[in-house]
Amino acid sequence: MADIELSNVKKSYGATDVIHGIDWHIADGEFVVIVGPSGCGKSTLLRMIAGLERITQGDIAIGGQVVNKLEPADRDIAMVFQNYALYPHMTVYKNMAYSLKIRGVGKQEIDRRVKQVAEILEIGDYLRRAPRQLSGGQRQRVAMGRAIVREPSVFLFDEPLSNLDAKLRVQMRLEIKRLQERLGITSVYVTHDQVEAMTLGHRLMVLNNGHVEQLGTPIDLYENPATQFVAGFIGSPSMNFLDATMGERGQSVNFAADASLGLSGDYSDHEGKTVTVGLRPEHLEIADPSQPHTSLNVQVVEHLGADTLVHGAFSQDALELTVRLKGVQSFSRNEVIPLSISPQNVHLFDKTTGQRL
Amino acid sequence: MIENRPIITFLSHLFLIFGILIIAFPIWITFVAATHDAVRMVQIPLPLLPGDQFFENLKETLTRGMKGASAPPVGFMLLNSLIMAMMIAVGKIAISLLSAFAIVYFRFPFRMAFFWMIFITLMLPVEVRILPTFEVVANLGMLNSYWGLSIPLIASATATFMFRQVFLTIPDELLEAARIDGAGPLRFFRDILIPLSRTNIAALFVILFIYGWNQYLWPLLITTDQSMYTVVMGIKQMLDAAEQSPDWHLIMMTSLLAMLPPVLVVVLMQSLFVKGLTETEK
Ligand SMILES: Nc1ncnc2c1ncn2[C@@H]1O[C@H](COP(=O)(O)OP(=O)(O)O)[C@@H](O)[C@H]1O
Ligand SMILES: [Mg+2]
Repeated sequence: MADIELSNVKKSYGATDVIHGIDWHIADGEFVVIVGPSGCGKSTLLRMIAGLERITQGDIAIGGQVVNKLEPADRDIAMVFQNYALYPHMTVYKNMAYSLKIRGVGKQEIDRRVKQVAEILEIGDYLRRAPRQLSGGQRQRVAMGRAIVREPSVFLFDEPLSNLDAKLRVQMRLEIKRLQERLGITSVYVTHDQVEAMTLGHRLMVLNNGHVEQLGTPIDLYENPATQFVAGFIGSPSMNFLDATMGERGQSVNFAADASLGLSGDYSDHEGKTVTVGLRPEHLEIADPSQPHTSLNVQVVEHLGADTLVHGAFSQDALELTVRLKGVQSFSRNEVIPLSISPQNVHLFDKTTGQRL
Repeated sequence: MIENRPIITFLSHLFLIFGILIIAFPIWITFVAATHDAVRMVQIPLPLLPGDQFFENLKETLTRGMKGASAPPVGFMLLNSLIMAMMIAVGKIAISLLSAFAIVYFRFPFRMAFFWMIFITLMLPVEVRILPTFEVVANLGMLNSYWGLSIPLIASATATFMFRQVFLTIPDELLEAARIDGAGPLRFFRDILIPLSRTNIAALFVILFIYGWNQYLWPLLITTDQSMYTVVMGIKQMLDAAEQSPDWHLIMMTSLLAMLPPVLVVVLMQSLFVKGLTETEK
């Protein structure tokens, strides 16, 4: 059991800065997720915590002890790799027992721990098999088992589900969540998949180009994205972004010609400014034609069963817009449907900085 | 390619059989010669069918050596050859594994320079550097010793290069997993790298054993003491030394015996050997 403290952690490869000074406190027992597009530095950050990558500047402390100079084995961490990294020539049992054997744990104790963990993960039947005789999902469990037997204070996961098919991914995601709740071990989980991040993490760090875009709970990030980047990254399908101008006294936003939306906050400072408006597809609704509304010219309709995605052109400027409607609904091409959105669901971002207004 | 034309099948078989005959005929002659006595071997025409002297010849070669020849009993030379070939094969593998390990997994100054230096020795087999090497071995007092026979042949760029390639195919994550599990460098070498290179080691062992066993020039140069003769050079001594006409039946028996250990090594390690040369999955 341990907390993790990152203070101004930086990483550069030669002249290229990959991580630009990160401060973060991860509480004991917390499950945090680092999420961001590929190449943003998630793995690098995780590997610095693991001790596989040197820290260019700053400090990392685990359980109150600065670990910058410690070997991975001395940091009391365990890591699950994307491609599992099981030792191919060892049986499942030996894979799990290896670290204990190195640390000089007695044979009987090793046996007890391996069998106990194998039971939790339901891999007891495969203990004598080689990794290549296992399916992807089973290998994934063994990789987790290898991490768990060590009883570390911190778990590190680097995209552990990326190599699984969609169905198994959902199932393992749930299992990882249950397991973490049961064991209560501080966990840092890296993924590029925002759904995984939202469902697993108590708290999320959204990383972009080595900068922290936002820290917060999943709901926080969804409801109050701090930047346009976070707003676009969290949620599926992604938020619609439209250029607009702030109306009189900041009470509405006006799209080029005909359409405008009412606002609920106080934006009077921004009167006349050009902004980016963010609208989540699921927040847009079909309006009562007798009420004030905007309209959408339907182009493509996608049926997902539970939902229907409607892509179309919005206002006379033909701005691209996606709407997510409940249930099965049918529209024909070029049909014009009335749309509305409740004012508190309209997000506004500065057009140049991308910061939330 | 799957073809089903009888004429092609016939021709390709004919060709293969012809090839096999060309290779096998001298071996057959050797075998036949080893089964006759001295008298029959000097008559013309030479026999093409085996005689009945096989076991007599075998016993004589293994234990007594040849009358008048300056060579020890063949049994003794076989043992010398075996020791030399084993020392060369095992030594080469051990040294190459360690140097490939250093080059792939450690960052030290002039790492690539060292790699290229090793690589360049490919151009310097014993035959090329035979005089200076002889000088060194002589000065170190290793003439007429197993060390002298094997050490100059041990350093091996080929094997180092091969193990480097093998190690490069082993995913970095395995090293990282081992580091997290607490394995130090030597432990990683022993517990992960060596087992994963097992088939390559076996394949290389076969090749190097045969290489060591077939050494001719070097043993000829540095052994003056009969007790250090190896069998491959011994055959030559047998031919030279006889004042009367050569004892062909015994010489051929010796050749036969000299061919045997490489064949045994290949047969026994065949499955590992083939795997080591073809296996790609790690
Ligand atoms: N050894 C390295 N040398 C130079 N650049 C690297 C190295 N490793 C990673 N990078 C760069 O650092 C950035 C972050 O990489 P990484 O942490 O792997 O991203 P991801 O978020 O996809 O896990 C990438 O732009 C990558 O090109
Ligand atoms: Mg990554």
